[in-house]
Formats: sequence, structure tokens, C-alpha cells
Amino acid sequence: MSQPSADVRDANATDAPLQAPLGDAATSAPAEAPANVAKSIEARDLDIYYGGFHAVAGVSMTIRPNKVTALIGSSGCGKSTFLRSLNRMHELVKGAYVDGKVELDGRDIYAAGTDPVAVRRQIGMVFQQPNPFPTMSIYDNVAAGLRLNRRKIKKPELDEVVERALRGAHLWTEVKDRLDKPGSGLSGGQQQRLCIARATAVEPDVLLMDEPCSALDPIATVAIESLIAELKERFTIVIVTHNMQQAARASDYTAFFNIERSGDPGRLVEIDETQTIFSTPASPATEAYISGRFG
Amino acid sequence: MSASSWTWEDHRVLPTWAPWAAGGAGVAAGLLALLAGVALVVAVLVGAAATVVALIPWSLAVEGSRRARDRMVTLTVTGAFALAVAPLISLLYTVVSRGIDRFDGALFSESMRGVVGEGGGVQHAIVGTLVITGLATLASVPIGVMTAIYLHEYGRGGRLAKAISFFVDVMTGIPSIVAGLFAYALFALIFGPGVRLGVMGAVALSLLMIPIVVRSTEEMLRVVPHHLREAAYGLGVPKWLTIVKVVLPTAFAGIVTGVMLAIARVVGETAPLLITTGAVTSVNANPFGGRMENLAVFAYNQYSNPGVPRDPYIARAWAAALTLLLIVMVLNLVARLVSARFGVRQR
Repeated sequence: MSQPSADVRDANATDAPLQAPLGDAATSAPAEAPANVAKSIEARDLDIYYGGFHAVAGVSMTIRPNKVTALIGSSGCGKSTFLRSLNRMHELVKGAYVDGKVELDGRDIYAAGTDPVAVRRQIGMVFQQPNPFPTMSIYDNVAAGLRLNRRKIKKPELDEVVERALRGAHLWTEVKDRLDKPGSGLSGGQQQRLCIARATAVEPDVLLMDEPCSALDPIATVAIESLIAELKERFTIVIVTHNMQQAARASDYTAFFNIERSGDPGRLVEIDETQTIFSTPASPATEAYISGRFG
Repeated sequence: MSASSWTWEDHRVLPTWAPWAAGGAGVAAGLLALLAGVALVVAVLVGAAATVVALIPWSLAVEGSRRARDRMVTLTVTGAFALAVAPLISLLYTVVSRGIDRFDGALFSESMRGVVGEGGGVQHAIVGTLVITGLATLASVPIGVMTAIYLHEYGRGGRLAKAISFFVDVMTGIPSIVAGLFAYALFALIFGPGVRLGVMGAVALSLLMIPIVVRSTEEMLRVVPHHLREAAYGLGVPKWLTIVKVVLPTAFAGIVTGVMLAIARVVGETAPLLITTGAVTSVNANPFGGRMENLAVFAYNQYSNPGVPRDPYIARAWAAALTLLLIVMVLNLVARLVSARFGVRQR
């Protein structure tokens, strides 16, 4: 279970000829794509509230650039809430607010006068349920972020972005002949890869994933995991997962959240390299959780 | 027999044609009663009773009480459906059979200008109905849809939203004649008493349409899954653009249906138009150019104040009613086509 995740990723890296053109573009042609060195996130003493309810308390952690950081923990421990606070999505809930700092490469995203919309353009998100826009075609779904944000964009340029995003999400060969068909006609796994393509098409610095595989079958899950391993070449990735094997396989760092009693705020127990967390965790609570002796 | 030793052979079921046979028996009994000279309503009751008598004891004997009860409830529900549809079919039949007499070319190509007795048409009334209803729709849809967007997307639970919501409910209950009187009073303030304009009718009708559009649009916005909004926010799309490009297109088919219901509700209004647009015999397509005829008022006037001989007037009234019915049907058809074309497609 706590196999070294590096092996898995190396295996993926070697058998990915499908993705060759993108890999070249991402690694050797910085002039082509906008800055591919992703940004880091630093949370400092972050407290998250829903109205009077204190959901997450005192979280400080560093999320390293171009790495995959997994957030694990039992249900209700605040890991999803924490994830959503990283791009100010959680404040869409009425009465929700945070106390503390979240810095994207040193700039506080909660600083006064910061537009949450601008934050979300740099920190994209993939959700638990695949949610392609039902009124749009596959092409339009991928292009949605660019079209809706930038007024004028030339058709050939857009074609290129859409193709690159779909190739990057390993979806291009499956959908290239049906780009004008609705995204809702795809299978669940394809829809989720479409959503990943849509999120990456706007070239954010960070990609947040909220249990992206929990609605998918094992084969689609493997496809997404190998995709994540490639995406970290270009993005910083934070992934919430209930699946500890997934955290072990797909992440570089793992953060364990826990909740003492129901009603208490969730807390960060520890964060470390994934191998360390799954072999020699510092906290007995982490060990209990990852070995399945937990509640 | 003990509960554990039953076999499926103990649980027999009536053949699938059993309800149809019972229904056939009911129809036959009803026809017999009709031949015996009872009234239509009594014959229908006899037929319904015969269906129950034919099916239920049979079912009880073969299938047992659980299925017999199921069959009884099915019969009741079917009966209720028939009861609800009967007036509609009767109405359609009456309007078509009486309106078809004068449903000819002249009906659409001529107005009532200078017509006494036979002949004439409803061109002026069709034009008036389309202009007045069209104007009312043009005014109500933006106001209604934007109100619904405010209520559901922005004002959620706030004091202003609650107040607006309350007044929309109040508006739903306004009697149409009151809406007409309001429009009349409003324009009388500006143009003096006795004023009659097409646009006044449009104002009165839009008062009736707005609450319907608000309520139905709000309902449709509620159905748009929240995760679609989140997907857009996650891409860094601002809220207003999310509403315009994601929420409204997703709810489009439902909103169109709601608008159509609102149009269907007001297109046949008579009372408010009687006092705001008046009656006239020639074509007037200018909503600011004095009196304007419309189909409902036309049918009412032809029927309530016929000349001598009466028959051509009555026939014109029914033909106007049939035209109104067809306009509503065509609008509904168009709305369905539009929402099928632009709504959420499955694959």
C-alpha cells in the first residue's frame, strides 16, 4: 500500500507516447506557452468559518510548486473546505469567511481589494462530479474559460488551445471527430477529463481537484491519475481524496486532516512527503488512519 | 398454508387484456343505457360503474385483495384523468365545429370596416391581438426574467428579495379587470379621460404576465445545478457572465415554456382590453394610434351585441375564437421547436 509513488509515476512517464507533442511543448519550448514554472501556495494560520460554525482551525502549510499535494482525512474533517478556501470558492456559501492568510507566491489572495474572480483565474478547480456545461459542445466547453474571460480571440488560436488542452487531458483522440457534440454525451471518465481540459485551457498556475475520481470507475481513475502525474509538469496540483491508495500512488506530498470530536473544527495533523506519511508518520493519529485502524 | 410454503402458482394474475375487456364492457353498458334513452351523463356513470363491476370482483377472485385494490385505484386515477380531459375535448370540439363555418379566406383578408350583416373578417382583430400581446411580451419578459435573476441569484433571502417576492405573489392574484382599470387610470392621467390606445392594453396585459414570468423563471433557475455555476466560477468567470452564458442557456427551454404559458394566459384576456383598447372595425397596427380591436373583445362583442340577422355575427364570434385557439397552438409549437433547438441537448 505504501509503495514508493515515484516508481508509479516513472512508469507512467515512460509509456506516454500519446502525449509526446504536449510534453515537448511543456518542457522544451517555454517561449510557446506562458511560464510553466507553477506557483506555490502558502497557508498561514488559516481559520475557516461557515457563519458561526468553525470548520477548519489553524492550518499552516506550504504547497510546493510543480508537485502533487494530497489532502486526506475522514469525512467532515475540513479538507474539502480547506481546498475551496485556496481559490476563494468556499465564500460562495452565504456567511462563509476565513481568518488568516493564503499566499500565492507571496501575494495574499485574501488581501483587501483582491478580486476573487482574478484569484480563480490563476487557481483553477476540478470537481467531484464531472460538470461539463450541458448547453455547450465539447469544443465550446474547453474554450469556455477563454471565451468568457477574454472578449476577442482568433479562431485558429482558439483551435490550437482547445487541441492542446484536449491532448493534455488524453481526450483528443477520443473526441476529435465529435468536437461539436454536447459534452454530456461522453462517459463519466471522459467528462472528467473534459473538465480537466477545460480547467487547464485557461493556463492557471494551480489546479485544485476535489475528489476528482470518486464518481469514476477504476479504469477511468487510473487514466486520471496518470494524467495528474503529467499535469504537474505544468501546474501545482492539490488533490482531495478519500482513497489512500490514490494519495500514495499519485502524490508527492500528503497532508492528513483530522477532527477530534464531531462539532470541533478540523485541523491539519501533519504534512510530509507521501513516502514518509505512508511509512513513518510522525503522529499516531495519522498512522491509525492510513493503516485502517481509524474509526 | 404457512408463509414459507407458498409457490408462485398460488399468485395468479389476470391476463393483460383484462382491463381492456372490462373497459369494453363498460363502454357497451354505457351505449346500451344511451339507447335506452337516459341522459349522456347518466350513461357515462353507468359505463364507469359497469367497468368497476366487471373488473374488481374478477380480480378479487383470481388475484386477491392487494391486486384488486391496485386495480381499483388504477380505475379511479384513469377516471379522474378522463374527467379532467373531457371538458378540454368538449371545448375543442365545440369551438372547431362552430368556428369552421366562417373559417375561410375572407376571415383573414378582411376587416369589419363597413360590414353590416354577412361577410367581413377578423384581420383587424388578429393584427390587434398580435400587436398588443407582442408588446406586452416584449415588456414583461425582460422585466420578469431580470426580476427572477435578482431574486434567485443575487437577493437570496435578503429583505428586498423577500419584499419583491411577496409583491409578485400579490400581483399573481390581481383580477384582470383591475389591471385594466389601472392601465386606464394611468393613461387617463396623461391623456385625459376617455383615452383608448393599443399600448394601454399592452400595459394591462404585462401587469398580468410579469408575475407568471417571474415565478416560472425563478423555478427554472432553481433547477440549474449549482455545480455548473461553480464550474464557471472555478474558471475565473465573473458572476454576471456565469449567469448570462451558463445559467440562462441551461434554463432556456424552461424559461421559454414559462413565457409561453404567460402569453397563453393573457392572449385571451377580454375585460382589461375592453376598457383600455376599446373596439373598432378597421385595421390599426399602431399601438399609439387610437382604438385597437383584438380577437377576444371581437368575439365578445359579436356574441353579446349581434345585429339582425344574428347568425353571421355568432358565426364570426366562433371563428374568432377558433383563430385565437390556433394562435395559441402555433405559439406553443414554435416555443417547443425553439427550446428543442436551443435547450440542453443530451447527445
